[in-house]
Amino acid sequence: MGSIPFLPPSASSVSGEVDAFYFFMVAVTAFFSLLVFGLVVFMAVKYRRKSDQDQPRAILGSVPLEIVWTAIPFLIGMVMFGWSAKIFFTIMTPPEDAIEMYATGKQWMWKIQHRNGKREINELHVPVGQAIKLKMTSEDVIHSFFVPAFRTKMDVLPGRYTTTWFRPTKVGKYHLFCTEYCGTKHSGMIGWVYVMQPEDYQKWLQGDSGEGTLAQRGEKLFNELGCANCHRTDGKGRGPSLVGVAGEMVELERGAKVLADEEYLRESILNPQAKLVAGYQGIMPVFQGLVSEDQLLQLIEYLKSIGKTQKAPAAKPAAPASRTAATAATVQGKGL
Amino acid sequence: MSTVSSTIPEAKPNYLTSDFSIKSWLLTTDHKRIGILYLISISLMFLLGGILAGLIRLELLTPTGDVFQPENYNKIFTMHGVVMIFFFLIPSIPATLGNFLIPLMIGARDLAFPRINLLSWYIYLVGGVLTLSAMALGGVDTGWTFYTPYSSTYSNTYVMLTALGVFVSGFSSILTGLNFIVTIHRMRAPGLTWFRLPLFVWGHYATSLIMILGTPVVAVTILLVALERGLRIGFFDPALGGDPVLFQHLFWFYSHPAVYIMILPGMGVQSELIAAMSRKKVFGYEVVAISSVAIAVIGFLVWGHHMFVSSQSWYAGLVFSFLSFLVAVPSAIKVFNWTATLYRGSNAFLTPMLYAYGFIGLFTIGGLTGLFLSAMGLDVHMHDTYFVVAHFHYVMVGGAIMAFLGGLHFWWPKMTGRMYYEPLARLSAVLIFVGFNLTFFPQFILGYLGMPRRYHAYPEEFQVLNVLSTAGATVLAIGYLFPATYLLYSLFKGEKAPANPWNAKGLEWEQAPSPPPTFNFDHTPEVHEPAYAYAPEKEKEVVHS
Amino acid sequence: MSTHSVTAGNPAAVLHHFDTAEQQRDAATLGMWLFLITEVMFFGGFFTAYICYRHYYYDAFVAASHTLNIPLGAFNTAVLICSSLTMAMAVHSAQLGQRKKIVTYLLLTMLLGATFLGVKTIEYADKFEHHHVPGPNFSFPGVENAQLFFSLYFGMTGLHAAHMVVGIGVMIPMLLAAMKGKYTSDYYTPVENFGLYWHFVDIVWIFLFPLLYLLGGHLTPGGGAHH
Repeated sequence: MGSIPFLPPSASSVSGEVDAFYFFMVAVTAFFSLLVFGLVVFMAVKYRRKSDQDQPRAILGSVPLEIVWTAIPFLIGMVMFGWSAKIFFTIMTPPEDAIEMYATGKQWMWKIQHRNGKREINELHVPVGQAIKLKMTSEDVIHSFFVPAFRTKMDVLPGRYTTTWFRPTKVGKYHLFCTEYCGTKHSGMIGWVYVMQPEDYQKWLQGDSGEGTLAQRGEKLFNELGCANCHRTDGKGRGPSLVGVAGEMVELERGAKVLADEEYLRESILNPQAKLVAGYQGIMPVFQGLVSEDQLLQLIEYLKSIGKTQKAPAAKPAAPASRTAATAATVQGKGL
Repeated sequence: MSTVSSTIPEAKPNYLTSDFSIKSWLLTTDHKRIGILYLISISLMFLLGGILAGLIRLELLTPTGDVFQPENYNKIFTMHGVVMIFFFLIPSIPATLGNFLIPLMIGARDLAFPRINLLSWYIYLVGGVLTLSAMALGGVDTGWTFYTPYSSTYSNTYVMLTALGVFVSGFSSILTGLNFIVTIHRMRAPGLTWFRLPLFVWGHYATSLIMILGTPVVAVTILLVALERGLRIGFFDPALGGDPVLFQHLFWFYSHPAVYIMILPGMGVQSELIAAMSRKKVFGYEVVAISSVAIAVIGFLVWGHHMFVSSQSWYAGLVFSFLSFLVAVPSAIKVFNWTATLYRGSNAFLTPMLYAYGFIGLFTIGGLTGLFLSAMGLDVHMHDTYFVVAHFHYVMVGGAIMAFLGGLHFWWPKMTGRMYYEPLARLSAVLIFVGFNLTFFPQFILGYLGMPRRYHAYPEEFQVLNVLSTAGATVLAIGYLFPATYLLYSLFKGEKAPANPWNAKGLEWEQAPSPPPTFNFDHTPEVHEPAYAYAPEKEKEVVHS
Repeated sequence: MSTHSVTAGNPAAVLHHFDTAEQQRDAATLGMWLFLITEVMFFGGFFTAYICYRHYYYDAFVAASHTLNIPLGAFNTAVLICSSLTMAMAVHSAQLGQRKKIVTYLLLTMLLGATFLGVKTIEYADKFEHHHVPGPNFSFPGVENAQLFFSLYFGMTGLHAAHMVVGIGVMIPMLLAAMKGKYTSDYYTPVENFGLYWHFVDIVWIFLFPLLYLLGGHLTPGGGAHH
């Protein structure tokens, strides 16, 4: 108990501007509310009914006044619209230097995976000053990831990935809430975000990271599930080689192209028939229900690790080069 | 009175005394009796919804969820929302005051389709019984928004039965809207042109447009949820190939305009109260009339502002945000015009006027805080927090219910033939105003602090504001008990009301006794002057100048 | 010009709250049109869902659409167009007050409506046999999300068929009334308004037939649906 707070802690690169805009909105609201309230009270008293026989003169209206009080709210509204849209695009567009983390919502907990394989539940440790991009999905119903101190929020949906980002500016411990009603223990789907000094964060990250990095775990899964039997790195398997695929354009049957982003990779694992790569048979089994959302993220992280950055030892330059050449040829063929 | 083409009949049986049998009530086709039937039904629903609201505030008195189990708390707020929105607010003013007054105001003997009018009440009852039986069997916990896939797949409560109840009650509102539109188009008295109609009628016309255009969409959406839930047919569940965001689009396509179903009739009441209590024509009558229709039309194009963080396209969000700022303009115009009407008026300190003053203030705050939520960059932070809860309660309770109570007091003498006890009524109006602000103002602050809505337990730092809110709810509840008591008392002991106790303009006051006879008027009235012609001869001068 | 008393026009047909038979007819017709607008919005929810999912799962929609029986659908389309004609003739006869012709044309309309429903039953039975009815027993090997097409197919044609059933149901008392000679050249609003309803139900089918049966059938699967 004690004194009443009026603002949540301000701890991200956008929270200052959101607060400034909020104060502007409060000021406009206070001004117009007090103006209308004041006028009502003043006229209620000044022009109160003095006798039951009162017959005030009719005042029908005034075109100039109507124009004025149509234009003023409209113009103020447009200022609000422009400013808030600018803030929105800042909040929604992750910067280039953002590092990725993964969050999975599940009735009723938040599961976080760091790229080095560290996992945590209902807690998120992040370094101060570093932009963080969260790729999020849900295992069941819709959730929403909300950190009031960062002034950011994004729904977390089953069956697709959504993204949110923030750059913490102040070391501390902040609330993490689920704000999309998700069932019985919705109000228990809360946690803490710990913003740490970079060196503390590194120390924390190194401690007990379990079974290797996210990509390594993905690779292990890739082998356990038998993916490697068909998706051979030499390109001679029954499935296409997956080296250098993530983040690139992939050619489908009948010349259609699709960007192999997280969404596409996810769909191609769960439901391979949906968008078949040109020249391959639809023989891959459906993995819907066989891999969890967490495991999917590990697989995708592995595929990204052997993607265009070619970090994985298996990746040989030959395969991506020939693939690029093939793509170029197709583009030319289409052009003709 | 220059408009009177017939004298007011005296000492004839009125609509209440014409027949006392139960059958004559249950099978009545008289719009006034149906209005009363609706009034009784929605009052019971309001009582139920209010008790549920009290339970919510009780739980939130302390941060730990110690009064109810979480699943019960979730059922309580869901039922509070469902009951208040679908069974109280949507029918509140249209089905009671609208039903009672529209034929009287336009000089008709009844609505165009009296039997359909009665049918709509029975449909409402069936819907209500279905929903209440879901509650009795164990309740439903999806929130009134029924978001998929929680509602269609994960919830283990009585979703189907509740959805069926809401689906059915939707048809009662479609039939009411249809009836009003046809009546206003085809049954106006000779001389009663569109721009001579009372603004109450304009408000209901705009409302009816939304009722017939929006309600079928939510009906079919709920039907799809039921099909998905009952037959495991995929429409919205991603596991079955569906898209949960499509549900949100379809749901808000109705449910945002539904907000205007709740507030537009209130705005109509407000115009009547201001005019009669200040004895002046509403300032900028035509602008106020047209702005109702503008709200109804633009209101259909803003639903996406509920979905800025739902993964909807950012550019769709931009359009929805822009249109949301646009729809605020006609509301602002109305507020300014009502305020301007008070200028040099003869403003009576009577109960209906106190509610009208309250409406202006609360609706202004409710409307302006809506802009916070239309602003994309701010809505990211505010979405689904208590700020949203506070905002829509300012519009729905501070706006719609204030107008409903103001209207109920204003037309009570006409409806019942009795006067209520004025000092007590004034006191309770003030009590309701104070209690309301104490309940909901702290929730704005809670929202910006980040307290999410639909939380059964909350972090400790939010407690002070929650305690204030609960204290306010207590005052508000006491405030509501007063009218319930003295209005009922007035039915038996109240002073007999004259035909026109307020010296107000309008066919219902000038041409019909209190209470009116079954067919309202012995002869179809003729209208020779504009609405609210309190100062007829002077008005002509202004028109010419 | 002062008072219109209650009994202007035909006392039997004009209800107490209308001044004239014309006002009553206008009100009924406007009411019917508004009702049809609500019906358009009602079907609109299904059409929106159809558009979205056709966009998401183009290939599945094409593949599933191939299994529909175009000849039967085309036959049913013809049946419904004929029933619209007979309905229009029934309205025309009502306006002229030709009792026997009203009865004949209403009967023909009912017969054609029943034919449509009969054919629809055959189609549904066929879907049932092939496990194309959405639910636990649904199977459509090799194509994911084909179930959504069939969900929409049954949802939309089912809702349409329900409207046909209601229509035929309403025609029964109308037929009896026509036999008794209730409809005259002065009073034919019920027949006229029911005609509007029947035409509306036909028009819905005119949209459903190409969307469900034809659109997928003549395009090669997969043509440019990917983004």
